[in-house]
Amino acid sequence: MITLLSWAVIILAVLAAVRLMRIYELSAELRGGKPQWEITESDNRMNAVLMMVFAIAFFAFCFWVFFITKDKLLPLAASVHGAQTDWLFNFNMVIITAVAIITNFCLFYFAFKYYKGKKNDAATFFPESHKLELIWTVVPGIALTVIIFLGIKLWNNITAPAQSGAIVMELYAKQFDWIARYAGKDNVLGKRYFRLISDTNPMGMDPTDMAGNDDIVVRSEFHIPKGKEIDFKLASRDVIHSAYMPHFRAQMNCVPGMTTSLHYIPTITTEEMRKDPQVIKNVKEVNEILSAKGEEPYEFNYLLLCNKICGNSHYNMQMNVIVEEPEQYEVWISKQKTVGESMTALLTVPIADENRKQIDALIMEKK
Amino acid sequence: MSDHSHAQEHHGHDEHHHEQSFISKWVFSMDHKMIARQFLVTAIVMAFAAMIMSTLFRLQLAWPDEGFAITNWILGDKWAPEGIMTSEIYLGLVTIHGTILVFFVLTGGLSGTFANLLIPYQVGARDMASPFLNMLSYWFFLTGAILMLGSMYLPTGPAAPGWTIYPPLSALPEAMPGSGMGMTMWLISMSLFVVSALLAGLNYIITVLNLRTVGMTMLRLPLTVWALFVTAILGVLSFPVLLSAVLLLIFDRTIGTSFYLSDIYINGQPLEHMGGSPILFQHLFWFLGHPEVYIIILPALGIMSEVIAVNSRKPIFGYKAMIGSILVIALLSFIVWGHHMFVTGMNPFLGSVFVFTTVLIAIPSAVKAFNYITTLWRGSIQFTPAMMFCIGAVSTFITGGVTGIILADAALDINLHDNYFVVAHFHIVMGLSAILAMCGGVYHWFPKMYLRMMNKKLGYAHFWLTFIAAYGVFFPQHFLGLAGVPRRYYTNSSFPIFENLGSIEEMSTWFSILGAAAQFIFFFNFFYSMFRGDKAPKNPWGSNTLEWTVEAGHHHGNWGAKLPVVHRWAYDYSKPGSKGDFIPQTIPLAAGEKDGGEGYH
Repeated sequence: MITLLSWAVIILAVLAAVRLMRIYELSAELRGGKPQWEITESDNRMNAVLMMVFAIAFFAFCFWVFFITKDKLLPLAASVHGAQTDWLFNFNMVIITAVAIITNFCLFYFAFKYYKGKKNDAATFFPESHKLELIWTVVPGIALTVIIFLGIKLWNNITAPAQSGAIVMELYAKQFDWIARYAGKDNVLGKRYFRLISDTNPMGMDPTDMAGNDDIVVRSEFHIPKGKEIDFKLASRDVIHSAYMPHFRAQMNCVPGMTTSLHYIPTITTEEMRKDPQVIKNVKEVNEILSAKGEEPYEFNYLLLCNKICGNSHYNMQMNVIVEEPEQYEVWISKQKTVGESMTALLTVPIADENRKQIDALIMEKK
Repeated sequence: MSDHSHAQEHHGHDEHHHEQSFISKWVFSMDHKMIARQFLVTAIVMAFAAMIMSTLFRLQLAWPDEGFAITNWILGDKWAPEGIMTSEIYLGLVTIHGTILVFFVLTGGLSGTFANLLIPYQVGARDMASPFLNMLSYWFFLTGAILMLGSMYLPTGPAAPGWTIYPPLSALPEAMPGSGMGMTMWLISMSLFVVSALLAGLNYIITVLNLRTVGMTMLRLPLTVWALFVTAILGVLSFPVLLSAVLLLIFDRTIGTSFYLSDIYINGQPLEHMGGSPILFQHLFWFLGHPEVYIIILPALGIMSEVIAVNSRKPIFGYKAMIGSILVIALLSFIVWGHHMFVTGMNPFLGSVFVFTTVLIAIPSAVKAFNYITTLWRGSIQFTPAMMFCIGAVSTFITGGVTGIILADAALDINLHDNYFVVAHFHIVMGLSAILAMCGGVYHWFPKMYLRMMNKKLGYAHFWLTFIAAYGVFFPQHFLGLAGVPRRYYTNSSFPIFENLGSIEEMSTWFSILGAAAQFIFFFNFFYSMFRGDKAPKNPWGSNTLEWTVEAGHHHGNWGAKLPVVHRWAYDYSKPGSKGDFIPQTIPLAAGEKDGGEGYH
């Protein structure tokens, strides 16, 4: 019934608009004069002025949005290359902002200045100028060369292999959460095989690979030490996910069937970041909103989130990243259970002979 | 050439005496003008659907906890119980919105409308090289469009892995409900679309190469035709690659091949697929996908060139540089696809090559923008609604284009990839520029399509509201990206850190509501003027190009007994020593007069 009424209202509104339009046109005809579609000088003047008004309002709007959001943006980069990324971003941003403002201004200003009217009834015939065209091919060419050079230099720097001695760990993605695995004392990740995955062995760890014995598996949060390079190996067991750690300006896709990697050196501990003025301000704002909703207060944490559409709960696939001083990190990691410890329990208790045979067969098949 | 035109003349002559039946005139028409209108109306319907979808998901993003009666009214109780949409349908809406706009509106709709209308008219041909294939192209397009919209009504919902349909998400019905029947329909629809695009593209290319009238050299072609011609070449070279990617995906989904799948454990069991690579799909997809964005923007730039020159009453500045830019952009567009894949783990060296080629494309793009601005300089600007839309399109092309330089920089893309900065970038540079130019084209050529004039004042209202809303929706989204908000999130409320960005989301949504409302002015103006608008004169805007030499009235075959003969380029506006402020292409050169297309120096 409501649907029917809604449609009736829509149809009546359209009919009324058509009638109104007709009345307007008839009255315009009665007043005489030119056809409605001919552009008059007053049309030109009005739109020319509006172009200029728009230009000013547009620039004002852009700067206003920038000022109201600038403290809500990502805080200071918390990794070595992140700081370089931010510098390059700002450098490029200055150039493109200047270009965008100057060219937009010329566009709207010329539109404003050269409208057709009694004072400006004839255009200047100006079909080409090789000099001008050369200038605006070469000048952007030079600017872009600088941008390309700096960009590729940083890119090579970020993607160069991690230093030897970096802490190796794996971020393993699945619908819809993350599992983090440390390579342990030997700094070598034990092998996995997707056919070994079960409820109790969610990553499909291979129990016969001794390198995996000292691995440490954690969920919901992982800890890393400040000032040490972390070499992340990324994997997924179902669809493509993307490990995005915005505070470190780091991201890499997790692709089923292959291993990808990224590495960075964290430079600011979680505790230190919580004392950053911008972070304090943001957390305060967030907590005001949360308390109005009657929710728990929030404390700042670095995040790992999924940034590649991966299914219905893509929007809620997260893990906290805790950056600590190396000593604190050592204490934390030494308290974690190794795979060996939990795997023994796993292999002895629930797996009866038949399952055991199945696993062996799978391992053989893989080899 | 002259033999050919002669043959055509006879053909055209016969056509006049031949009465067409209702079906052959209005439904299965082979007349390029009718097919252009069919494409346009279909595209408007599709754009309307995509706009409603976007308004709904903007509501969801701004107020995720609130129910809206309109959401419930449109989506029903299954998808929006109590007016709050589910995350399945949110992803479905995002996917179908993107697919419709990229393919059905800005590729099929834009090229389909304007290539069909303008290529035969502006090169001086009776019709397309193959009117029959042209008709077929529309019907494939329409069938694809109906299937795509129809998939919204499936019980499992439409395809939902995003318009880029990356496998394994799109390959496995276990991964999400939309990857079942919805994805199947998406793939069928897209295959039909590719067939349509190929039939149309081949036709456009052959028509431009073979059916130009006497005197219409390549360097006398209007830039619209140049743009549409190069667009067609891009389409013919890249769409088959999408079709092959789609076919391989269909094989993976149906007969158990493993092109894109390997080592997958999902829904409690390991799958048998081994040895494939999901990244292969991305290479194939973006080999089309990047030329695709130029398939969208080049026709828009062509329309802008024509409309801005006509209404500045000046020749387009740097005609040859404009052609050169189109060609360079087209060439480069084939070697930049990897910039969509910087964070897939590609070889870093390969990444730096793609940085180089991608940033390079900024040069011809900048040349085009500067040339538009110089065309305005010391012009005598007529603010027709078309002109205003095209000026707006230049602005968005610049504003959205410059952020492309940031995203092309692989090192910076790491932090911005797939977040709202990207959403802002491509909506402004590609979405807005193309849509604004398309609107400009509709206002400009409406008199040729429907032989009536659109209402000017409604046009102005439509432009200003749309333009303000467009920037209002997308400009703030840059900052969401810089705050680290990923795209395709159903709600940001699972991350308290994003909680204080709510006001930006709300601003964006309010502007999107304004923008959507403004389009009703357009729909009304369009359909009202189609039937009730003032009768159009032969050449209302004082243009030089050939379509304005056609007598009023639609008849298959365009010109009467004789085809026009071309004597000059299309941009002799306000030429010193001439009487009026324009000289149509059919007027012979005066003694000693030089033709613009051949250069003045």
